[in-house]
Amino acid sequence: MENTMIPEGMEVVYKKPQTLTDTPMHYCPGCGHGVIHKILMEVIDEMGIQSETIGIAPVGCSVFAYDYMNVDMQEAAHGRASAVATGVKRVRPHKFVYSYQGDGDLAAIGTGETIHTVNRGENILMLFVNNGIYGMTGGQMAPTSLLGMKTSTSPFGREASTMGYPLKITELVAQLPGAYYVTRQSVHTTANVRKLKKAIEASFRYQKEKKGTCFIEVVSNCPSGWKMTPIEANEWLEKNMFPYYPLGDLKAPK
Amino acid sequence: MGNTNGNPDVRLMKGNEALAEAALRAGMKAYFGYPITPQSEVLEYLTAHAPEHPEVVILQAESEVAAINMIYGASGAGARVMITSSSPGISLMMEGISYMASAQLPALIVNVQRGGPGLGTIQPSQGDYFQAVKGGGHGDYRLIVLAPASVQEMVDHVFEGFRLSEKYRNPAMILADGALGQMMEKVVLPPAGSLAPPDFAWATSGKSATRDRNVVTSLFIQPERMEQINLALQAKYRTIEEAEVRCESIGMDDADVALVAFGLTSRICQKTMELARAKGIKVGLIRPITLFPFPYTVVRSYVDRVEAFLTVEMNAGQMVEDVRLAVEGDRPVHFTGRMGGMIPTPEEILAKVETIVHQPAKA
Repeated sequence: MENTMIPEGMEVVYKKPQTLTDTPMHYCPGCGHGVIHKILMEVIDEMGIQSETIGIAPVGCSVFAYDYMNVDMQEAAHGRASAVATGVKRVRPHKFVYSYQGDGDLAAIGTGETIHTVNRGENILMLFVNNGIYGMTGGQMAPTSLLGMKTSTSPFGREASTMGYPLKITELVAQLPGAYYVTRQSVHTTANVRKLKKAIEASFRYQKEKKGTCFIEVVSNCPSGWKMTPIEANEWLEKNMFPYYPLGDLKAPK
Repeated sequence: MGNTNGNPDVRLMKGNEALAEAALRAGMKAYFGYPITPQSEVLEYLTAHAPEHPEVVILQAESEVAAINMIYGASGAGARVMITSSSPGISLMMEGISYMASAQLPALIVNVQRGGPGLGTIQPSQGDYFQAVKGGGHGDYRLIVLAPASVQEMVDHVFEGFRLSEKYRNPAMILADGALGQMMEKVVLPPAGSLAPPDFAWATSGKSATRDRNVVTSLFIQPERMEQINLALQAKYRTIEEAEVRCESIGMDDADVALVAFGLTSRICQKTMELARAKGIKVGLIRPITLFPFPYTVVRSYVDRVEAFLTVEMNAGQMVEDVRLAVEGDRPVHFTGRMGGMIPTPEEILAKVETIVHQPAKA
């Protein structure tokens, strides 16, 4: 996959890691998933752990993650990625295992598996992409949809008395003794992308040291589901999502 | 366990415990379970013996849903895996089982059935025949289903179940019941190490530089592709039907009435046979050992030799539909059974036989 079309006198300063396949991604313009995929796979490439890594894809927008990530992958049932990851990690304890899930998958249908996987302190990385909406099925309300947020199943806005409150599951799992490193990041600016990359690198290091579960939430966007342009979506993200889901470490080793 | 100095390793064991010990001897690499009566002894036995088997993963999951998905992951990573539960718990696993059938993951699933529907009872039942044999989860798939009738077969079917599921890359199920799980019988335990460990090239073992990445999935979004997957699965099921039917016939050489029963009820039917023959009624027994593939040909082969068939089950009449399919209306096919955790007595079954055959013999 090396680019042989480099003009003379030029050098490659930026390229796609070979841990990503050449399959064109299906994500909408402006969606955070593509960036998050790339950063995750870049870390795996740079750490030289491609042959040692097994990934678990969810049901949701990133259901086809295994088409893009050039490592051994398993596609899990909706919500069960961390249970599948547990099964993989327990029988392949020396491999690096990560699960990649959205908010509906991890924080609604898979809440039980999420809590108990972290509570057991499974030595895996749980990567959680929170965009406050069910993107794949067409923009329905998610457990993390903000109050007042209009979705196709909360057309007049999410209202707490009948629809409950947006779930801060990351705060919840940070309480569990099995959680070693819990952090909330974003990919809406290059500075934030770099921070996410550091968090992923740290998570794989901790996994090697068998420290317990590493849990990274990425607060992301959904221009299509939010019915915004990519720029508007990132502005909305900063203005509305971050106040409720503040960025930073929730639990970090001293 | 136990140095037997070359002698057969004979024990008196509970069905659930014998099954657990058999799994360890069959080289099971991972077990994920959740407590439910009447099969909790499997998890208890395995956790009690875990220190002797540090190489085996034994984990109590937070739910049957989590457990079946852990099995999916562990099997996909290439391990020999087993999961056990009882009827309501098996219902919770149905989504995962469908995924495993589609992703063609081997695994041994054990259902120690209890009376249903709903929370039902904790007593033995065969009410999950349809669920095990006809599908249960969504989509067109089949499990290889083995029906033990003794504690010895609770052991033997573990080895056979692992072997078949790995040979065909298909989940296999042992369809037992609460009585088989709880009762104690003499059992001969095979030595450990007799079943070679699996080595699956397709497993997610970590992508080496010399191969493409392995993907375990049941998602094939293009309908053309999904149909091809279905055709391949159906072709596999036809191969299994050709090659793997197991059935036992007892006293069928001169029988006028053929009892058809699997598992525990086949044991009861053997007593009915004795009682009937003492009265001069020639009764035989056809015992399907594989429920999928069902022994249609075996049942069919007796159509010209018996007056009638009587299917006996601990349910409202489920396997009887397969017996009728085999007989194709050429002979009467009767049914008798008990439900909800009740077990038919040999005398009850004999009384039904007597309503079918009033004359001692054809003469």
